[in-house]
Amino acid sequence: MAALKDIKRQIGGVQKTKQITSAMNMVAASKFRTAQMRMDNFRPYAGKFMEVLNSLALRVDASSHPLLAVRPPKKLRVICMTSDRGLCGGFNSNLIKATERFLKEKKGEGKDVVLVPIGRKGRDYFRKKTSIINDRVDVFKTFDMSLAVEISNDIIPSFLREEYDELYLVYNEFKNISIHRPVVVRLFPLPSIGQEEATDPEKRIDYIYEPSDEVLLDRILPMYVRVLIYRALLETYAGENGARMAAMDNATRNCEELIGSLSLKYNKARQGAITAELMDIVGGTEALSKG
Amino acid sequence: MADELMLEIVTPEKLAFSSKVEEVTVPGSEGEFGVLRGHASLLSSIQIGELSYTKDSKRTFYAVETGYAEVLSSKVTILVEGAERSDMIDKDLARKEKADAEARLAKMAKEDQDYEKVRASVTKADMRLKVAEKG
Repeated sequence: MAALKDIKRQIGGVQKTKQITSAMNMVAASKFRTAQMRMDNFRPYAGKFMEVLNSLALRVDASSHPLLAVRPPKKLRVICMTSDRGLCGGFNSNLIKATERFLKEKKGEGKDVVLVPIGRKGRDYFRKKTSIINDRVDVFKTFDMSLAVEISNDIIPSFLREEYDELYLVYNEFKNISIHRPVVVRLFPLPSIGQEEATDPEKRIDYIYEPSDEVLLDRILPMYVRVLIYRALLETYAGENGARMAAMDNATRNCEELIGSLSLKYNKARQGAITAELMDIVGGTEALSKG
Repeated sequence: MADELMLEIVTPEKLAFSSKVEEVTVPGSEGEFGVLRGHASLLSSIQIGELSYTKDSKRTFYAVETGYAEVLSSKVTILVEGAERSDMIDKDLARKEKADAEARLAKMAKEDQDYEKVRASVTKADMRLKVAEKG
């Protein structure tokens, strides 16, 4: 009889787990929709931004700008963007692995690397393993452009002060709900901007620049950095919730399977117990009638 | 109508505004400027300030953050990192934010690393409140 009770308790436990995982799935799904909407809303801004930046870069010799300054890379910084919370499948561990590989490679080249973790999971993992700076955690619950502004305020001045020579950003690129893969993007020095072929010369407009085009570029480049960071933040947020949705969906299905097999086991055990009891009674009456 | 001007305010969060207007006043970094239809093509950076436009002879105010404006003869695109219409701003909250930022600034020395940052937030809070009171 004890076995019966145990199985019943087990079923109850799994059922509760299933409730939690399916609730988390729904929460992640709604967050994912919001994230996707925000990505859609961001697209016109980013598109327009690149348009203007390109047209500006064509007019101004941007290579002299301090944010584009190429120095022999001795000291590097790497931004590692993970989520704050777990239970989202391999989302963070894949990214952490990719980051570690990148760090190892760069350290192997004899470079001094400092990590800038964004998001709790990455921070907690790397805290004891390598030197970190300007970490930010618990940011994904509510974030907007001002977070990207804060991050860029951390990194831009120190690059201009030549505290480091190159900055990389490692984050999960969002392809679709089930595909996200870690990518490494170089932020500083900014990759060259403004491709000649990207803008149709017919469409090119001769603007009056106010202030002068150099000063304008000087203001726009930091904004460009923020656009890149903000996009990575959005993609991380969307990817995290997409991954959690998939993970929780899997977990819910596994729970269902487990409940099924446990119920079968329970029914068998119950049947067994009834049979044993019947046998007892039958044996007892037989013994009595013989006596 | 021939004398109308298309205005779009785009922020990273959303397309904040998109409609035809009669006139728009932009807080450019080199000073405020007004745009009517037929303006010469212009690209200007925007500083934290107050943007306003007239539509159907009614004036509407926005508190905007840094960004820039692209002016074409029949279209103005405002790309800013944040924009709030005056009636969307909570006045009491704005007042409180301003007081908080000012208190923080008062405690800091000029040499402080964050001094500029806090000063910017005071400017921003101040501007938001000003715009809110117009709404």
